[in-house]
Amino acid sequence: MSPLRNVRSWLDQRFGWDDLIAPLRKKTVPLHRLSYWYFLGGITLFLFVIQVLTGILLLLYYRPGANEAFESVQYIMTRVQFGWLIRSIHSWSANLMIFTAFAHMFSVLFLKAYRKPRELTWVSGVLLLFLVMGFGFSGYLLPWNTLAFFATKVGTEITGQVPIIGKPMMIFLRGGEEVTGATLTRFFGFHVAVLPGIATVLLLLHLLLVQRLGISIPPKLEVQWTANPSAKREMKFFPNFLLRELMAWYVALGVLGVLAAVFPWNLGVKADPFVPAPAGIKPEWYFLFMFQTLKLIPPKVWFIDGEILGVLAFGLVGLLWILLPFFESDQPSRTKRWITGLAVFALAYVAGMSVYGHLAK
Amino acid sequence: MAILQNKCWLFSAVRQVGLAGFVVLAACLGFGQTTNSCLDCHSALPDPLGVSQEKFSQDIHAQKGLTCASCHGGDATSDDPDKAMSRKAGWKGKIDRKQIPQLCGSCHSDPAYIRQFNPSLRTDQLGQYRTSVHGKRFAAGDTKVAVCTDCHSVHDLRAPSDPRSTVNPVNVANTCSRCHADASYMKGYPIPTDQFAKYSTSVHHQALAVRGDLSAPTCTTCHGNHGAAPPGVDKVQNVCSNCHAFQAQMYEKSTHKKAFDAASLPGCVVCHGNHGIGHPSDAYLGTGPEAVCMRCHTPGDRCDQARVGLQGGLSRLDEAIKGADQILRVAESSGMEVSEARLGQDQARDSLTKARVTIHSFRTDLVDQDIQAGLKIASKNLQAGKGAMVERNQRRVGLGISLIAIGIVLVGLRLYIKKIES
Amino acid sequence: MTGDQLSQPGATRRSVIGIFLGGGLLASFASFIYPVLRYLVPPAVADLGGDEIVAAKLSELKPNSGKIFRFGNRPGLLIRTASGEYRAMSATCTHLSCTVQYRDDLRQVWCACHNGKYDLNGRNISGPPPRPLEGFEVQVRGDEIFVRRRREA
Repeated sequence: MSPLRNVRSWLDQRFGWDDLIAPLRKKTVPLHRLSYWYFLGGITLFLFVIQVLTGILLLLYYRPGANEAFESVQYIMTRVQFGWLIRSIHSWSANLMIFTAFAHMFSVLFLKAYRKPRELTWVSGVLLLFLVMGFGFSGYLLPWNTLAFFATKVGTEITGQVPIIGKPMMIFLRGGEEVTGATLTRFFGFHVAVLPGIATVLLLLHLLLVQRLGISIPPKLEVQWTANPSAKREMKFFPNFLLRELMAWYVALGVLGVLAAVFPWNLGVKADPFVPAPAGIKPEWYFLFMFQTLKLIPPKVWFIDGEILGVLAFGLVGLLWILLPFFESDQPSRTKRWITGLAVFALAYVAGMSVYGHLAK
Repeated sequence: MAILQNKCWLFSAVRQVGLAGFVVLAACLGFGQTTNSCLDCHSALPDPLGVSQEKFSQDIHAQKGLTCASCHGGDATSDDPDKAMSRKAGWKGKIDRKQIPQLCGSCHSDPAYIRQFNPSLRTDQLGQYRTSVHGKRFAAGDTKVAVCTDCHSVHDLRAPSDPRSTVNPVNVANTCSRCHADASYMKGYPIPTDQFAKYSTSVHHQALAVRGDLSAPTCTTCHGNHGAAPPGVDKVQNVCSNCHAFQAQMYEKSTHKKAFDAASLPGCVVCHGNHGIGHPSDAYLGTGPEAVCMRCHTPGDRCDQARVGLQGGLSRLDEAIKGADQILRVAESSGMEVSEARLGQDQARDSLTKARVTIHSFRTDLVDQDIQAGLKIASKNLQAGKGAMVERNQRRVGLGISLIAIGIVLVGLRLYIKKIES
Repeated sequence: MTGDQLSQPGATRRSVIGIFLGGGLLASFASFIYPVLRYLVPPAVADLGGDEIVAAKLSELKPNSGKIFRFGNRPGLLIRTASGEYRAMSATCTHLSCTVQYRDDLRQVWCACHNGKYDLNGRNISGPPPRPLEGFEVQVRGDEIFVRRRREA
């Protein structure tokens, strides 16, 4: 028997391996002209794994603390063998992951994969998206450079605008009234322990649900294929789709390598709380659409302070976004047009505002 | 007439009570201030008799409790113009220009008096003034020269530390230029009137007025303020040496000092100018329009040859530093970390600055020492930059290898997929 | 695989794929693992210690002398006073950023650019400098002199 078969037999005798992976063997992926979008979830997962691995490696040398954080990152970039590579991959992969997470969310939105019975998959997914942005926000501060310092200052300041709970929330985030070394320590704790813990649980739930419920079929196709089962075209997940996913993952690896080697992530200048904020400070690109929106809201709308209104509005939108599936019809033939319209608007808004925010002074 | 007398008595009684009441009222209104009734009328009068309350409140004398009468005499407490401006009360009227230094000096040269207000304020201004060009001409009867109020202003005289004061360092040049840049006013005096125009183009002006560096020199720094006079041809380098100590030390020991003194040439000014001192450049040592050496020296002589050596050394070091900067810039923009080498470049630049200072010794051997030190540092940084570029290229090679491996896997996967699906 | 199987065209194709896939996977894994393995080995210089460095050895400085050392990205000045005490401060002049030096004849810190002078505590006492030099903490441990930034409150 081949070595692989030996191992399988050994596992089966101890874990009931064959029964465990039986559903996986039966899993299929619907085939249609939009099937390529199904890769996005897997790529996001892959990039997350890359983050965990490179993150653990960085943990071996990184020191959290206002005195040493910047220098430890500088040490990683200059003295540690291939430290520049690990760190640059971590930074680039973070940005790519956030992008693919958004893309995955929008593709699910447009393909209406959030419909019954997959509401909880959507809920866990949106929560994961928020977590991923939290990862980005907390991780950005860790090198303790000027840009990160002031971006964190502005970001947490905006959180403080929420009525009633805003100020306590801000103090909780900052570990005090101002952004200091305590904030760095706290963000480090969030980034390497709290967020990964929550994310792991949600991710497992998300993946379990995907496994149990299978891959969703776009509504129109679902109607057609229910009426005419012989027209259904699908591909086995294992090994066919998985091999293709593997190709996508390898391409992602190549892209990461090029980005890390040709455009290494820069170090910046060590943060100095006493230096005035540089002009035109902006958050990272994935927060730009919110930031730009807040900048455009007039200082006072009616009697409400403009910024508070903006923050509350985004909070409301976030909440409704989580609950979106519950507004949708559970009949594939009668999906709601207004949700599609909303999806188009949301995509246009996020993309447009991000570009605007990038180009604005 | 008894009735009239009674009425007169009543009248004067009423007037006394009214006046007393008014005085009490005025005292209450002027709470905390010395009564200065002069401004009641004079604040409403047009120039030249007008002094507004607002203007006078800026004056440091007013803030210290002095009144108009302190200088002009008279009675500042009285509302009656006749009483207030009575000669018997010592009223002087408009102070004649010829009296001004004496008048100001009557307090400001009295240490015991000034000590009551500001114990650390100097009291030698009048004495200094008498030694100045202004003071000497004034004593000889020239009333066009500056007296105290011309520079310090009057009625809104501010302390020199006040940025709005006419004698605050940032404003001094403007104050002096009011006369010294006025060609028609200065007609009849044998001095030029282009000093302010020249100074405005200088590095010192740039530092002081534009950058706000209060340590930069203005007219009074070199000429003195109360004892204002040009430093004297053979003492110029003493003045410059107060800040430019190293250059002056070098110059003192150099051959140029003896030569310039013998020819009654004003030291530093010969090459650098006095008012329009620009940023010196290595071109001073050249043969172009900015050349200073060649104004005196003969082409081809021993000194000219030394000049060539000096200029050559400086430009060699400058080139070396620029070259290292260039490669470090490229390395940095490719993502290489070169902060240590960049710090080393600062050291190299320090060497170049030092070499440029040593020029003032006019000795090629001394300058060469600094040049060599700088070249060593610059070359080390150049090597660091080259090393960074080598590493950068190695990274790209490594990337290429891994991309090839990835490519092979992709091809393999494609083939495998094709195979199992055929 | 038996000899019969090898002689079939399918077998050649299989082995080509096998070479591509197997070789490619091996090569790509190697190109991933190699940097990681190198990364795990700690570098020779154990510390880039942000806020603390060894400025000099105990025997290096004689009394009444100074030494310029690198602190982060800027120069620092370590002084051993005539009485044997150590002082450390930033060596960047607060006037126009020239590098200052210790003058053993003046027993003061001096800036050659415009004759600025600082006392042994870094306070600007004469000439153009508008602000004192940032002071650092000095700690002697064993035979090494450590210089550290003042702790923020």
